[in-house]
Amino acid sequence: MLKLPIYLDNNATTPLDPRVLEAMMPYLTDVFGNAASRNHPFGWAAEEGVDYARTQIAQLIGCDSKEIIFTSGATEGDNLGIKGVFEMYAQKGNHIITTTTEHKAILDTCKHLEKIGGRVTYLPVDELGLISLEDLEAAMTPETILVTIMYGNNETGTIQPIREIAAIAHKHGALFMTDGTQAVGKIPVDVNADGIDIMAFTAHKMYGPKGIGALYVRRKNPRVKVTAQMDGGGHERGMRSGTLNVPGIVGMGKACELARLEMAADAARLSVMRDRLQAELMTMEETYVNGSVEHRLPHVANISFKYVEGEGLMMGVKDLAVSSGSACTSASLEPSYVLKALGLSDDLAHSSLRFGLSRFTTDEQIDYAINHVKEAVTKLREMSPLWEMHKEGIDLSKIEWAEH
Amino acid sequence: MAYSDKVIDHYSNPRNVGTLDKSKKNVGTGLVGAPECGDVMRLQIEVDEATNTITDAKFKTFGCGSAIASSSLATEWLKGKTVDEALAIDNMEIVEELALPPVKIHCSVLAEDAIKSAISDYRVKNGLPALELAHH
Repeated sequence: MLKLPIYLDNNATTPLDPRVLEAMMPYLTDVFGNAASRNHPFGWAAEEGVDYARTQIAQLIGCDSKEIIFTSGATEGDNLGIKGVFEMYAQKGNHIITTTTEHKAILDTCKHLEKIGGRVTYLPVDELGLISLEDLEAAMTPETILVTIMYGNNETGTIQPIREIAAIAHKHGALFMTDGTQAVGKIPVDVNADGIDIMAFTAHKMYGPKGIGALYVRRKNPRVKVTAQMDGGGHERGMRSGTLNVPGIVGMGKACELARLEMAADAARLSVMRDRLQAELMTMEETYVNGSVEHRLPHVANISFKYVEGEGLMMGVKDLAVSSGSACTSASLEPSYVLKALGLSDDLAHSSLRFGLSRFTTDEQIDYAINHVKEAVTKLREMSPLWEMHKEGIDLSKIEWAEH
Repeated sequence: MAYSDKVIDHYSNPRNVGTLDKSKKNVGTGLVGAPECGDVMRLQIEVDEATNTITDAKFKTFGCGSAIASSSLATEWLKGKTVDEALAIDNMEIVEELALPPVKIHCSVLAEDAIKSAISDYRVKNGLPALELAHH
């Protein structure tokens, strides 16, 4: 028997893998020591767990375990990476380049820096959500200290040309940072092959626990430093003070190990399911995929249904846990800024659904989701005056609507 | 957003969805709202000219659950009312009946506008002056 509602909001967060919980359990009970306690076995045991996890995490992204700085999550990592570089490299310049489709953790951090003397360029994206490398090249200046562009987008799954972006940043002597939140653990990310200097990511998007993340900070070629944003005991090589969240770290380590071992198989299975979901929904007229289909995370599909209103649609798909726009901003009635940056009109942005599949998604769940969405869209269109007018060949843009 | 049971009922089983023949002289049509605002309501009434009574009412709505419910409820209320009685329907009655939260009051306002707009259209078709419609 299918359990409802079906969870397809895995870009917001993923369930904890039972194997991760199992790895964490001892550290939530007997092994409670402070990893910074050097004088007794309680501390040593905790530190051992942390060290092992650091290796598991480093292996996933191809770095040295000393290059992992633990944080509370990707938002903190994004803040520490950007603000830390801005302070540390103030002598060199004050210019940062990013994109309009970043997560708020990047955009709002950049806006904060603009208030205290920073200069930020927000690169636009094309209709597929991709930046133009020519735009990036043209935006680089001698004062550019950091280029920060996300790996895979949280709303559309669009993957940016990371290696090419890194090469341009480095050619101009800037550091390259990426928000790897949605990509790490889902597709191969290798900091050396990709040319990444700083990368924020988090455990709870890859079947790990919430409240634990990491910032990768390169130690060689070049040696990168970020100014601490949290002062205190000098943990994490002085870059992030605060007692380590040992059970969280152990869980993140296990989640990364599982991702490294199972990513290829998961991605292959999920992309088939995702493609089937998308193809079935696209059999309905006036249905559009948002973002790049070619350069996309394997488990994500963002689809708009024209002539259907977004909130009404959400109510119609009550058996599915999905997002309309980003989970972080859907409390407001504003349409998604990411979809608007792709050039979508307000109504098409409003009527979008984001499907995010996970390791635990089944074919049976996808079958149900396909029928459920089709029924809801069909019913709402039959009830929609706009759909009727469209069917009669009336151009809705030519109508003088009474604004209210 | 938590919806009231009545909103859910009207959303799940909308009353009187459909289209009346707008070429008929005794059919009045009101189209209010705008797609970019997220709500468009079309409400139609069919009037028995001898008794000035609304014999049928239909709607189609592009909008959230509360907008759909407001227009569905409006069509239910309209049937059997005289045109003058229909003009007296106040949006706050819809708010009360559906227990709409403050952020959804505009849906009831739109439904009231749609009723008045449909009646005005009927009046103009029958040689009466248009109603002065308040624009919200």
